[in-house]
Order: sequence, then C-alpha cells, then structure tokens
Amino acid sequence: MTDPTTLTAAELGGAIAAGDITAVEAAEAHYARIDAVDGAIHAFLHLDREGALAQAADIDRRVAAGERLGPLAGVPLALKDVLVQRGVPTTAGSRMLEGWRPPYDATVVTRLREAGVVILGKTNMDEFAMGSSTEHSAYGPTRNPWNTDRIPGGSGGGSAAAVSAFMAPLAIGTDTGGSIRQPAAVTGSVGVKPTYGSVSRRGLIAFSSSLDQAGPCARTVLDTALLHEAIAGHDPLDSTSIDAPVPAVVAAARHADVRGMRVGIVRELTGEGYQPDVQARFDESVELLRELGAEIVEVHCPNFVHALAAYYLIAPSEASSNLARFDGMRYGLRVGDDGTHSAEEVMALSRAAGFGAEVKRRIMIGTYALSSGYYDAYYGQAQKVRTLITRDFEAAFARVDVLISPTTPTTAFRIGERLDDPMAMYRADLATIPSNLAGNSAMSIPAGLDSDGLPVGLQIMAPALADDRLYRVGAAVETALNARWGGPLLDKLTVGGTR
Amino acid sequence: MPAITRAEVEHLARLARLALPDDELEHYAGQLDVILSSVASISEVAAADVPPTSHPLPLTNVFRPDEIRPSLDTDEVLAQAPAAADGRFRVPRILDEEQ
Repeated sequence: MTDPTTLTAAELGGAIAAGDITAVEAAEAHYARIDAVDGAIHAFLHLDREGALAQAADIDRRVAAGERLGPLAGVPLALKDVLVQRGVPTTAGSRMLEGWRPPYDATVVTRLREAGVVILGKTNMDEFAMGSSTEHSAYGPTRNPWNTDRIPGGSGGGSAAAVSAFMAPLAIGTDTGGSIRQPAAVTGSVGVKPTYGSVSRRGLIAFSSSLDQAGPCARTVLDTALLHEAIAGHDPLDSTSIDAPVPAVVAAARHADVRGMRVGIVRELTGEGYQPDVQARFDESVELLRELGAEIVEVHCPNFVHALAAYYLIAPSEASSNLARFDGMRYGLRVGDDGTHSAEEVMALSRAAGFGAEVKRRIMIGTYALSSGYYDAYYGQAQKVRTLITRDFEAAFARVDVLISPTTPTTAFRIGERLDDPMAMYRADLATIPSNLAGNSAMSIPAGLDSDGLPVGLQIMAPALADDRLYRVGAAVETALNARWGGPLLDKLTVGGTR
Repeated sequence: MPAITRAEVEHLARLARLALPDDELEHYAGQLDVILSSVASISEVAAADVPPTSHPLPLTNVFRPDEIRPSLDTDEVLAQAPAAADGRFRVPRILDEEQ
C-alpha cells in the first residue's frame, strides 16, 4: 500500500472511495506521521484520536455499504484552534480558554463533517489570531518544517506547518490580515482567503469581524479548491454571510489555462522593502505567466501604501470590542474570585492573567483609537482609507482579471527575531492586508526557494465572488512550475530526517 | 513628544479592564508609542470627502422568522463556566458592600 500521507487529498479521497485504502488507515497513517515529526514542529495543540478514528470508521462503513460520498470523504484535516468544535478543547492559542470545551460546532466544522472530512486535531496559532509568526501562542511556537529555527508564519502557522510537513493533506485557516496566505508562502504550501462573507464565521472566535475569513490550506491548488467548495456557502446563522452561489473553484482548478487572461502587477507591492530573492522569484512568475499566454499589465494602487496603518487601527479597534467578551464570568479563566474582589476587579485580573502581550497591546491600541478625541483622527480616518483602497482595487479590476504580487516581503524570519519589535512583525502582512480591507479573494502558491532554501510565495488576487479566477491562474502556474522543478516543491522537503 | 504617555496607557488599561503591574505599563507605553507613531501618517491622507467603509459588504438588517428553536444545553454550558450555582453562572459581587 502507498503511504497515505504522500497522497494529495484528491488522490486519497479517490483511493478511499475505491476501497483501496480505508479512512481508518488514512487517519492512522497521519497520526503516525504526527507522532514521528510533530515533536520537532509543534503544529498541533490537541489531537482528537478517538473522535477522528470513530468518524473514519463511520466513513468506511458507509463506503462498504455502497454509499456514494463526496470527493473528500475520509480525508484527514487539521483544524485551526480558533474554530469551535463541540466537546473538543478549543483555546485560540490563549491561556484565557485553556481547557474550554465548546458546547457547539462552528458551521465550518458542520460542513466538514457533512463532506466526510476527518478532523485529526486542532492546530497552533498566534493568540486570538494576532500575529505573523505563531510565536504569540501561549503554548509555545510552531517551527517551520523547512528550517526549524524559522517561523512558520502566522497566525495560522500550525495549519500551514501541518500540511507542508505531510501531517495532514488539508487544513483550515483564518485570514484577517494574511493569516492563511503568509503561512502558506513561508511553508511552500497553498492557502486561500475566500471572498469576505463566503465562508461562515459562525463558531470562528472573532478577532476583527469585518476582516476575519476562514479558508482552505493544502499542498496543491486542486486540493485547496476541493476544500474551498466543501466549506463555502450561505449560512443563515451568520448575518454577514453572502447569499450567492459558490464560484466554481474546482472546475477552475482543473482548467489550468491563462491564455488571454489579463494579469496586473501591483507596482506598490514590489521593489523597495522586498527581499531580492523574493523579487526574483516574483519576476520569474511574471515571465512564466507571459509564456503561458497571459497578458501582463502594470497597475498602480496608490493608496495601498496606507493599508498597513489602516489595518493596524481597524483590526485592533474591532478586537478591543470583540475580546471584551472574555471577562471570566461565563467561560474561560477567572482569577481573584476569593471574596475580596468585585466582579470588575476579577475581570481586570482575569484579563491581565489570561491575555498575552500582543493581545494586550492590540486591545489598548484599539481602545485608544476608539476613544473620544482620537476617533476621527484614527479609526474614522482608517475607515476612509479603507474606501480608497477598495476604489484602487475596483479601478485595477476594471483593467485586469487578476492582480499578482509577492505574498510576503521576505521569506521566513528567525524565531525570536521580531518578537519585541511589533512594527517589524506587522510588516510581514504588507501585501496581504489590502485584500482583507476590501474583502476580495486572494491566494498564495509556492513560487520557488530563496538562496537559504526557504519558500517564496506568489499572491494572486481576484475580485469579490470571482474566487474561481484564483484557482485557474494558480493551477496554471503550479503545473508549469512543477514541470520546471521536476515535481512539487514540497517533495524537496525533509523533516526530522524522514522523507 | 511621545504619541502616548504612560499616564494615558494607565487610563487605557483601566478602560480595557486590564490590571497591569507598573513594569508592564512602562513596557507597553514605549511599544504603543512606536506603533501609534507609525500609524499616525494615516491622518495625512487627504480624505475629507471620502465616505468611510465599516464593512466590505453593503450590510442591511438580516431577519429570520421568530420561531422557538432548541438552545444550547444548560448543563453543558454551565459545565464550562468558571463557577455555577443553581443552574446559573455564579459571579463575584457586582455592588459595593454598603447596600
């Protein structure tokens, strides 16, 4: 039998449907891989072996009974710990929620179950998804499978590391300022932030409600599309959910043809501030797209230079409001309840003890930006800049089908390097933030390695509800690059001396 | 001049219900000053006549029929509470002693 961990999700789903591999064998093989390598990586915070194997056994019974299931039935998945799963510990990377077992399933989890996807466990992340390195997890950092001295990106570093180290073929991430795409870029995997509102936020522990979007992570563009299709769609339980058909992303991933497409290079997301190797891989991707028949157009989005500032006012403002719910009264950590402190004092003591440094910084920045006297100059102005950035996208998409840029300004930095320099950390999201502010869809795919052997990501951006274009372009680039490299980039990766 | 003073940070921590010790307040004051100075450039963007965007979607109220549906299981919810009594969340006193 082929080692199930080497297969793509599409291949594994096909093998399970055909009866060549059982879902239980697939889950057990991935747990064995996790046992072998996750000591060095720390992608997972919790493994739900019992629940996953029971779910896999159920899939096997249904396959044996001749039931026709979806393309991902029996395929294992790693779930970011910011999505609630009933009865399974969910922490969002915070001490505040240590030991908490949610009383309900996120809609994404319900959709995964309906698709027969087997949830192996919960992945590590920056606390409440605030960070670009997974170092802000209260449970210790995740390490990059390409080089364990390096960060795996963040906030969804655990999900990206799990797929790139072959511990799961699929993972769910959430992207508020780049938390799916930046980890994908620095781990050599694929990640998509779908159009805002196209994947339900019910059961996604809120960081910044107008920016948060759950999405798929995988090793191939087709696998990412299959997962995208499984989780997307209208949810009446999320009032910001779009009631529109899901774009035909799987069909697009199988239609890897960019001939005649207009591809725009965003001038403001290249050049200064971008590592030379990152720029070089990007320039090669542009040349490749030209060879594949795309028309390359240069576009200007002048307001993108203000995106970082707008984001670091809007996101903390919404966070300061959303995280007010963690008050130690109904769930989570409670400190100081010894009869001598009032409820208000217990709240303040619990929050001081339960939140880490980055969360405290952002809550205070948000509180500041929303306070009277500063509101107009900070939050109000940031909302206007958000309008200007959206207009830049609209003008650009009037001329081109998709936009491209490097996903990140640099490859994976060293663990500890930016921990005490918040602004240096924030700059990791320079190129990903505009799509969160405007709500359009965006993808990161591997574009090669830098001179240190670390992955570089190519970002593709498409208009809202045109997510299928990401997959069409992504699949075309992936096919051409794999041919050039003699196989997928991740086949070059060895973790802990294995494979 | 710093964008934010230590006294202001102390006030923010109080507003945000964060009981921070003095050394932490000192540490955050320096970092918040750097962050706020970095984002202050946003006030220079000429946008007087630009409408604000609070959300990427044109949101309108979303209604559903007002029907009775099962809620979360009380025992399951209270089992996750820091403290519970008599089928309710137990919280510290919220009023001063004198009442």
